[in-house]
Amino acid sequence: MKPFIFEKAKTSAEALKLKTSGKDFIAGGTNIVDLLKKNIAQPDGMIDVSTALSTEIKLSERSLNIGSMVRNTTLTTNSDLLKNYPLITKAVLAGASPQIRNMASTAGNLLQRTRCPYFYDVTTPCNKRKKGSGCSAVNGDNKMSAIVGYSDQCVAVHPSDLCISLVALDANVHGVDSKNKQFTIPFKDFHKLPEDTPWLDNNLPQNALITHIEVPKNEFHKKYSYVKLRERTSYAFAMISVASALQMDGDTIKEARLASGGVAHKPWRWHEAESYLKGKKASDEVFKKASEIVIEKVKPLSHNAYKVPMLKGAIELALRNAVNL
Amino acid sequence: MSDPTNYSRRFFLKSTAIAAVFAAIPTSVKAFYNDVKDFILPKKSVLLIKISVNKKMHDIKIDSRSTLLDVLRENLDLTGTKKGCDHGQCGACTVHLDGERALSCLTLAAMVPGKEVTTIEGLSAGNQLHPMQEAFIECDGFQCGYCTPGQIMSAVACVREGHTNSVEEIKEFMSGNLCRCGAYNGIVESIQKVAAL
Repeated sequence: MKPFIFEKAKTSAEALKLKTSGKDFIAGGTNIVDLLKKNIAQPDGMIDVSTALSTEIKLSERSLNIGSMVRNTTLTTNSDLLKNYPLITKAVLAGASPQIRNMASTAGNLLQRTRCPYFYDVTTPCNKRKKGSGCSAVNGDNKMSAIVGYSDQCVAVHPSDLCISLVALDANVHGVDSKNKQFTIPFKDFHKLPEDTPWLDNNLPQNALITHIEVPKNEFHKKYSYVKLRERTSYAFAMISVASALQMDGDTIKEARLASGGVAHKPWRWHEAESYLKGKKASDEVFKKASEIVIEKVKPLSHNAYKVPMLKGAIELALRNAVNL
Repeated sequence: MSDPTNYSRRFFLKSTAIAAVFAAIPTSVKAFYNDVKDFILPKKSVLLIKISVNKKMHDIKIDSRSTLLDVLRENLDLTGTKKGCDHGQCGACTVHLDGERALSCLTLAAMVPGKEVTTIEGLSAGNQLHPMQEAFIECDGFQCGYCTPGQIMSAVACVREGHTNSVEEIKEFMSGNLCRCGAYNGIVESIQKVAAL
């Protein structure tokens, strides 16, 4: 680990003042400390923002605001969330371990790096770790890699579960940039595809801080589900995950939301399948058709063709679980 | 006329050894240069911190890079907390921060001041073991014992959080602690036993 200076910020304004391009923020530390140990992150300084940012969850008429420093565990115990946004709780509980959820922050969950094995193996080329060095996964062990939205420069997937629920629920990311100006980025545009800049995971401006996540009020709290398929039943990253949320009018689907993890460089929304579901009567047949629409879009790599039938089944299951809730 | 293929065994060994030494010099010099550049020349940043561990205050000097795990083991000689993977995957380093379970290997010691740290050494009251420690002994909750301090710290928190309503729930909420001996059944039994107290 490269030596670094350690600074503690008391407020977000102070944190932004201390921030330079050579320094990194640290909140929960569950990802960055590991990256420091592996010499993947080599900052000159670390700025502790754990007591500088909001730990509040505020419910209003129009939305729910989650402070960037709210711990993952709090998202599973807060009564406003459990009542109005249970999909978020369900997704968070599917991720990590109780110890890590106690430490990890909401904003940090968005900013965590991929778990592609080549990103962590500093002896191999990786465009995400080192610009222009090449992608080892595209023709290598890409069992856990993307099946949609990838480029020949990077096939990594975003590892978060929380983010899958947030993209499904049309959340917004609020932040403050280095000039102390506030900004808002729709969640679906927060993370980016690898394209030819795979070293960038998201569209957060440089040296900016996330202040809170806003989730608009919705009617998805009655019919929802989160399906996560992985190599063991707990404490593993998703091979495939699906968040489903339905707003029903009797038997008819008024609105549908479908999003997946383990498939792309960003939390992925299945818009075509959502439009297909809208206005249909809920049935196994309709769900099957929706899953067929989803897999039309995917193009697996050399080692992850298994993800296609797995995704198809997970979509059907997530929709059935949602109506049967 | 000398036969060009007639080299002696001695000549072969000598020449190979010399070649090996010369081949090794550039790499070892380079490695040494890199070490100097990366680890000796950059000045490590030293901090003076005050942390409370098992209700005892400590003023210690640490490298800014130190994890809480290393500080507990190396500076405070509290070696009950174990280093397993050192990457947050095994749970052997589990301690309590303000009463909640956390991984000390992924916690920078510099971020701990102001929080109360509880380690396995702080669980018993003198010679009186914590009920969870007693239960692990009674229910065979371990074999080699390496993961046990982390398992016990996690188990105590699991009971406190109330995630003990079924075997499945206990397993889910203990999934951050791995046991290579496979003492899982004994661990679950210990937790059920303490939860029923």
